[in-house]
Amino acid sequence: MNAISKANLSVSRRALLQASGALIVTAALPAAAVEAAAQGAAAAVKPPLLPTELDSWVAVGRDGQVTAFFGKMDMGQGVDVAIAQIVAEELDVPATRVGVVMGDTARTCNQGGASGSTGVQEGGIALRNAAAEARRLLVEHAVQRLKVPADKLTVSDGVISVSGEPAKKVSYAQIIGGHYFDSKLDWNGKYGNPLVVSGQAKPKPHDQYKVIGKSEPRRDIAGKVFAKMDYVTDIKVPKMLHGRMIRPAVAGAVPVAVDEASIRNIKGARVVRKADFIGVVAEREWDAIRASQQLKVTWSDAKPPFPDQKDLYNHIRQAPVTKRAVEKENGNVDAVWTNAAKVIEAEYEWPFQSHASMGPGCAIVDARPDHATCWTGSQKPHFTAEGVAKILGLPLAKVHAIWIPGPGSYGRNDAGDTALDAAVLSQLTGRPVRVQGMRYEGHGWDPKGPASVHRARAALDAQGNVLAYEYVSKGFSRVDVNTNESDPRDTLAGMLLGAEIKPGYGFGVPAESYAFANKRLAWETIAPLLLKASPLRTAHMRDPVGPQIHFGSESFIDELAAATGADPVEFRLKHLQDPRDIAVVKAAAERAGWKPGPAGGVRRGGSGDIATGRGMAFVQRGKTVVAVVADVEVNKRTGDVQAPHFVVAHDCGVVINPETLRRVIEGNVVQGTSRALSEEVTFDHNNVTSVDWLGYQILDIKDAPQTVDIVLINRPEMMPLGAGEPSTRPIAAAIANAIYDATGVRIRRTPFTPDRVKAAMQA
Amino acid sequence: MARFKLNVNGREHTVTADPDMPLLYALRDNLGMNNPHFGCGLAQCGACTVHLDGEPARSCATPLSAVGDAKITTLAGLGTPEKPHPVQQAYVDEEVPQCGYCINGWIMTAAAFLKRTRNPSDEQIRDALSGLKCRCGTHLAILRAVKRAAKAMA
Repeated sequence: MNAISKANLSVSRRALLQASGALIVTAALPAAAVEAAAQGAAAAVKPPLLPTELDSWVAVGRDGQVTAFFGKMDMGQGVDVAIAQIVAEELDVPATRVGVVMGDTARTCNQGGASGSTGVQEGGIALRNAAAEARRLLVEHAVQRLKVPADKLTVSDGVISVSGEPAKKVSYAQIIGGHYFDSKLDWNGKYGNPLVVSGQAKPKPHDQYKVIGKSEPRRDIAGKVFAKMDYVTDIKVPKMLHGRMIRPAVAGAVPVAVDEASIRNIKGARVVRKADFIGVVAEREWDAIRASQQLKVTWSDAKPPFPDQKDLYNHIRQAPVTKRAVEKENGNVDAVWTNAAKVIEAEYEWPFQSHASMGPGCAIVDARPDHATCWTGSQKPHFTAEGVAKILGLPLAKVHAIWIPGPGSYGRNDAGDTALDAAVLSQLTGRPVRVQGMRYEGHGWDPKGPASVHRARAALDAQGNVLAYEYVSKGFSRVDVNTNESDPRDTLAGMLLGAEIKPGYGFGVPAESYAFANKRLAWETIAPLLLKASPLRTAHMRDPVGPQIHFGSESFIDELAAATGADPVEFRLKHLQDPRDIAVVKAAAERAGWKPGPAGGVRRGGSGDIATGRGMAFVQRGKTVVAVVADVEVNKRTGDVQAPHFVVAHDCGVVINPETLRRVIEGNVVQGTSRALSEEVTFDHNNVTSVDWLGYQILDIKDAPQTVDIVLINRPEMMPLGAGEPSTRPIAAAIANAIYDATGVRIRRTPFTPDRVKAAMQA
Repeated sequence: MARFKLNVNGREHTVTADPDMPLLYALRDNLGMNNPHFGCGLAQCGACTVHLDGEPARSCATPLSAVGDAKITTLAGLGTPEKPHPVQQAYVDEEVPQCGYCINGWIMTAAAFLKRTRNPSDEQIRDALSGLKCRCGTHLAILRAVKRAAKAMA
């Protein structure tokens, strides 16, 4: 075992033993927490863990190392570094002095886990307020100790000294090192994303920032690059069994007979079955896999639940509406259509998409009669603990969930299902069980991003002014299953054990500030295709419904510009109202060297088979605003689309860490391009058929952009507004608009595969 | 079941296992190594990549019986924080990974490619890495790192 794991062991074992008596053999937290622990920081919160205790948020070790206890998680985007910077800023210590503990339900309050780009935006508020309060208390103590008023004290590097008399000083470590603050915070009584705590202290004004705005390095890189960091897939627990689930070929079918003899030749392998839940376990992973492939199961004669895929969008159009919401409306939209000089209409279509994380979901659960421990890669471990508690029939206080970095997470993926699978297998076998899905489950049985149809129409007068604008999305709900696994009915295991499914109904509308005199933004949802454990159930996937909605809305804005002979940038600037929206569009156009003119004119180029063009798209997400200019090369012979260059102007309020933010935006642009050009879940009447990387294609490095030029608009006077997802949502529209500029052909269905683009050009 | 001698990162091990069992499980389960990773089991993604005699191989689809006496190198054996391989150093300098679960495929493939191809063009690098998966979309950072490593190895 390497030094990192050893250091970590001392820390996590302590917390673990407190909570459950379980023993972890190998587990590594992100390096920051590990280093802090190794250097003697107080890395344990004061029990019981309550949001109202300052000690639940910040600790100072005997050596002055600070530990922040963060109830959200970093999924590899550097959120922990930003949190360390925010805490360091308030405490006047270097960011390297702050370790961040994440996602351990025994040591962090439930701040909602990774969720909706809120890691820094919302999660940082509690930490910032707590750190400010800790500094206030430390300075108050120094006033007594040094016998000078607070305004004569300065704090630097964790040392409080008398201004002009640097020898008169006391350090944080001397004041509090290794001890609890024993001080209260005000709490708004909420858990999850809205959790806010605050003390008497006011956070530092932005003009005094020293740490915020600096590109502090990521802390998980070396552990990953040198294979020193454990993933959840690497956790091993004594007496652990390996488990695999058995899924039906026809979605909705349930096991009616199991031939246990069919795996008798595999040593130690056995069937675990309860109601419709069926899995296998074995001492060794390969044996569990072989058993899962070899086991003969007779399935019920289920009616094939899915329509022909070619009829998917007609199904959406024709299906009864389960819920409709008009989220924004002004003027009288319905009065205008008959008097309009011209009505422009278009419909846009977006398929089901898969999280397709690099590794299928994985969890280890040790379920005992009176308590349980769960190691999970789920991005919401506090909710995982709730789900595990409910499915095992235990009080929540008796379940300890420990988040360990998983194999990729962009929302409510299969990690949540796997945790409850492992819990049931552990309870039924009386042994700790590790479950990792197989590839067909990672692609085929993860909750999906919903398919949808988006209807847009606008009425124009004779001069081309927009009289009315209406945009209605109709699709599968964004939440057939909830955004977390806290209720077993939202997991495959829960459904197979008979929990009644209650799909939520929600979608969304375009986020923008276009002013039209008569305007309506609405959505409609339809029922799931299968009200059972379904491989096409939907849940949140990076920027839930954002790429879908804004593919249509920002394509349609471009269509309106084209219909009125306007330049697409100019058209947007004419109608956008919010000054930050306007600023971000101008910034992108300026950096890109946008030549004004209608589509298909000055920006079109290319030679031979290749046509080139540029497209713009603009979006808000929460309070973050993003504008993108995409350059495309369309092969007129093959239909192949390349998107080699992007310019992204990005305003997410105050920038905490510019370099990390740039990489987050790059990742979003690439993932957004992948979803626009390649990604589509395929299915037949029985089941999902895109069950591997051949069936579900993502962007290959040969097709990855050459440049993503990023303009960061920093607004230090504002709060951080979220960056994990916003730059995903404009990408498909920017590419579609560029294809139109290059070819004059409007592509209204993603993904823009060569066949589809070629067919559209020939139509 | 059969006995196999495996030379992993310069150390000899003996493993008793099913000859059809992929090398991945011998490394992870029998030898307790925590990388490479299971990604697909189909040789489609690269998360399980190791070197066999210096050439990248997908350990999830390499049966133990096919390993022979090839010397196996994993990411942990390629370099260490004290003695990093140039590609690892470049990965640190460029802060490439997000989730990082794909990392074995990219680093092990790039290391073998750069050993035989000095001063590669952008297109050669992309060709050499084609087929590997990264779901977080760190492709631009990967390309920057491989170019940086290529310079260091030139």
